[in-house]
Amino acid sequence: MVSQIGLIIAKEWKLEWRNRSAIAGLSVYILSGLYISYLSFKKIADPATWNALFWILILFMAVNALAKSFMTESRGLQLFYYTFLNPQVVIIGKIIYNGVLLFVLGLLTLLFYTILLGNPVQDIFMFLITLFAGCFGISSVLTMISAIASRAGHQSSMMAILGFPVLLPLLIILIHLSKNAIDGIEFSVNVKYLTLILSLNLIVPALAFILFPYLWRE
Amino acid sequence: MFYTLIAGFLLPVPELPILNETIRNLYFHVTMWFAMITHMVISIAYSIKFLTNSELKNDMKAEQYSQTGMVFGVAGLITGMIWAKFTWGAFWVNDTKLNGVAAAMLMYAAYFILRNATDDENKRAKLSAVYLVFAFPLMMAFIFILPRMTDSLHPGNGGNPAFGQYDLDNNMRMVFYPAIFAWTLLGLWITTIRIRIKNLWNETNLSE
Repeated sequence: MVSQIGLIIAKEWKLEWRNRSAIAGLSVYILSGLYISYLSFKKIADPATWNALFWILILFMAVNALAKSFMTESRGLQLFYYTFLNPQVVIIGKIIYNGVLLFVLGLLTLLFYTILLGNPVQDIFMFLITLFAGCFGISSVLTMISAIASRAGHQSSMMAILGFPVLLPLLIILIHLSKNAIDGIEFSVNVKYLTLILSLNLIVPALAFILFPYLWRE
Repeated sequence: MFYTLIAGFLLPVPELPILNETIRNLYFHVTMWFAMITHMVISIAYSIKFLTNSELKNDMKAEQYSQTGMVFGVAGLITGMIWAKFTWGAFWVNDTKLNGVAAAMLMYAAYFILRNATDDENKRAKLSAVYLVFAFPLMMAFIFILPRMTDSLHPGNGGNPAFGQYDLDNNMRMVFYPAIFAWTLLGLWITTIRIRIKNLWNETNLSE
């Protein structure tokens, strides 16, 4: 099973790399989004605003990046999966791949965000942990939502409608945690939020693991 | 029901600073949430039931229960907003419970949109059931776990004492507990009638 998950991840990466326009498109999307926020804000003095804007950028980037997660798969490929793999492998593989993709894109966002709008973060290590946990949480929610939306049609608008309410609790905790990281608050204060995030990161993929097979059989 | 309405407005209540007579709203606002949660849990149960045996009737029931639940949610929000205006001074405050309920309402709105967007009956049932079961635990985390970790203006959270401790006198209890039952049963009754109407509707449409 683990090797099959590895295969799925490798396949996703190969497809992504073979057709680089998608990832290039995302990078340009991030850059232009950042530039728009730079031009509209010029300078952000308030760390809370900095934090909120960062997560909003990440959120829109994630919705765009993961919308295609199931859309690009042809009928034939789905049939191939259906015959050779079990659904759990597919969803877990995709969650992991999308999580890594989001984290890399998130780091890119952070880099350019820092260049353009400055960086008030005091505890950068904590911030990166939050980003990492957040990317995996968002990835596991949105991969599943993307699977639902791709079955429902009306892809892009459906992603946002279905995804945002479910992402809200996750985002609130993330924003809280990263605000603590910006203010350089002690690690012991953050532990309860971190455990909450980690437990959500376990619960959501577990739910996807259980529920995805139902979407699968059509 | 009538007992709740009449007693709710007429029986004496303990006089408290700030709250004053608005404490009577306890019988309506708080009980709405009990009714809403009951309905939503039932709709989740039917969704899970549908996923295990894929009978469309379970899906229909899940939809009806979540619709009634949504009505109670909106009613709870409105009564809560009126209460908040007179006690906290604003219709909407940045409070974790309010945020949680807003998110839950958004989620149910998304659920109904998802239902309307898919044409095929079986597919619609399957997709919406999966969505509901997927979103529900996150909502629960939001409504029940998060408020206990952060400050809230609501009683029982963030250092505020819960209602029951000192301001629910026995008179109020006599109205409050039956009120919970009354509203919940009213909701369940409405839903079962709606389910029966839907069943009849389906039968007549099939026979035509």
